[in-house]
Amino acid sequence: MAPAERASTPGAKLIDAFLPASAAGIIELLSPAPVGWGGTLMLGLLHSLEIAVGATCVGLLIGICGAYGKLYGGPVVRDLLAVYTTIVRAVPELVLILLLYYAGTDLINQLLTAIGYQRIDISGLVAGIAVLGFVQGAYSTEVMRGAILAIPQGQIEAARAYGMSPGLLLRRITLPAMLPFAIPGLANLWLIATKDTALLAVVGFFELTLATRQAAGVTKAYLIFYLAAGVLYLTVSLFSNLMLGRLEAWSRRGMPSVKDAR
Amino acid sequence: MEAAALPSGKAQNSAAEAIHVENLHKKFGQLHVLKGVSLSARDGEVIAIIGGSGSGKSTLLRCINCLENPTSGIIRVNGEEIKLRADSHGHTVPADRRQIERIRSKLGMVFQNFNLWSHMTLIENVIEVPVHVLGVKRDEAIAQAEKLLARVGLAEKRDVYPAYLSGGQQQRAAIARALAINPRVMLFDEPTSALDPELVGEVLKVIGDLAREGRTMVLVTHEMKFAREVATHVVYLYNGLVEEEGPPEQIFGAPKSERLKQFIRNIG
Repeated sequence: MAPAERASTPGAKLIDAFLPASAAGIIELLSPAPVGWGGTLMLGLLHSLEIAVGATCVGLLIGICGAYGKLYGGPVVRDLLAVYTTIVRAVPELVLILLLYYAGTDLINQLLTAIGYQRIDISGLVAGIAVLGFVQGAYSTEVMRGAILAIPQGQIEAARAYGMSPGLLLRRITLPAMLPFAIPGLANLWLIATKDTALLAVVGFFELTLATRQAAGVTKAYLIFYLAAGVLYLTVSLFSNLMLGRLEAWSRRGMPSVKDAR
Repeated sequence: MEAAALPSGKAQNSAAEAIHVENLHKKFGQLHVLKGVSLSARDGEVIAIIGGSGSGKSTLLRCINCLENPTSGIIRVNGEEIKLRADSHGHTVPADRRQIERIRSKLGMVFQNFNLWSHMTLIENVIEVPVHVLGVKRDEAIAQAEKLLARVGLAEKRDVYPAYLSGGQQQRAAIARALAINPRVMLFDEPTSALDPELVGEVLKVIGDLAREGRTMVLVTHEMKFAREVATHVVYLYNGLVEEEGPPEQIFGAPKSERLKQFIRNIG
């Protein structure tokens, strides 16, 4: 379609104002082949998901340890964990990311040179996972603590009474029994993690938001690319909701439906 | 003549001593709940612990497998003394976690509130400890668990989750779970106190059958009629001490202590 033809109707004019390209042009822009930027966006999405999955795993691990420490630990452990969760949850995540990313890598390198090693380049992926995982850990500590408190404590006592070791008790009783109480909160944290990856764009990590900015900047097709990124984030959320819904239904397998109690 | 050391001696019995408790004290902060209690259960004996609320009977039972750590005293299970030590706060704690776990896996505990694991079906509840603590092969454990569930009348409920069962059914399943570890001693902590009156009978029948087949049991109960029927020895606790003990005919038929007389009058 020639530009003159496109501008011939008022509706098309309006579309023209927003979109610098025709429908065929949009497909071309978003195609994964080199002329288009679809491949760039997908690579960004892949990096975002890697960070989100990694950070969530780190966060869950910290969360389990943190919740155990807060519930069963001695006074020193409890105080340290209180400082951790309070500070991390009080400071804006963007600030934490800038602080931990630059100060953290600098600190590691200073330590390395101090003990006589070479400076290392910390990959954006590892740093991103570590930083977001550290933030996630503080929130999931509180989610898990609440979930463990919600388990009927008699079930934990029964496990002790039958000679389960602490590790076995955690794996066989505490974790599965707290899951139904933890999943709504942890699902929130996962969805937040998928979008927090966008904050890593400020430290130059190539994830979906940065990829979108590049694509849009080069082609000037801002609306198309930011909409495309939005659709990708939405797709991730919808797919996550589906999976988390199934996980929650499975975790509640031993519990009667809440509707029965209404 | 070990029995003679106990507050009031009981009939001599050559069977091995499965549980021996000596001069047990338990304090919760300022509250002195057990003030030097001794107890002995030989193989095949059914010991019923009775007493008013707050007399310390549940605490005594829970000290036997260290669900509560005694403040002082000696506990021997199967002739093996539980090693205790004082922690940094002066509380007595088990000195050897593995010893406690080993001893606990020989004591089948049945709780007032059943405490079945809610994320497991009945059969999963029953095989959990044999498979994961005792190392029994899964299919063997399942075969054994099916027999035990059939025995307590729950064969057709094997794949049902506890929340979908009545209290009486849950408690019978909890008894099957305790039997699955092939326990040296069964510990019952007021097993019928949380049940609706019409469900008490089905649970007492199961416990009574176990007593009659010669299982060693320590039973904390409010069911006096039942204690009289199944117990070989009755211990009456008052205010953290053994006030009177003896065979059920004596305790219920000819109590000596004024407090026990009053207790039986009130509860009967």
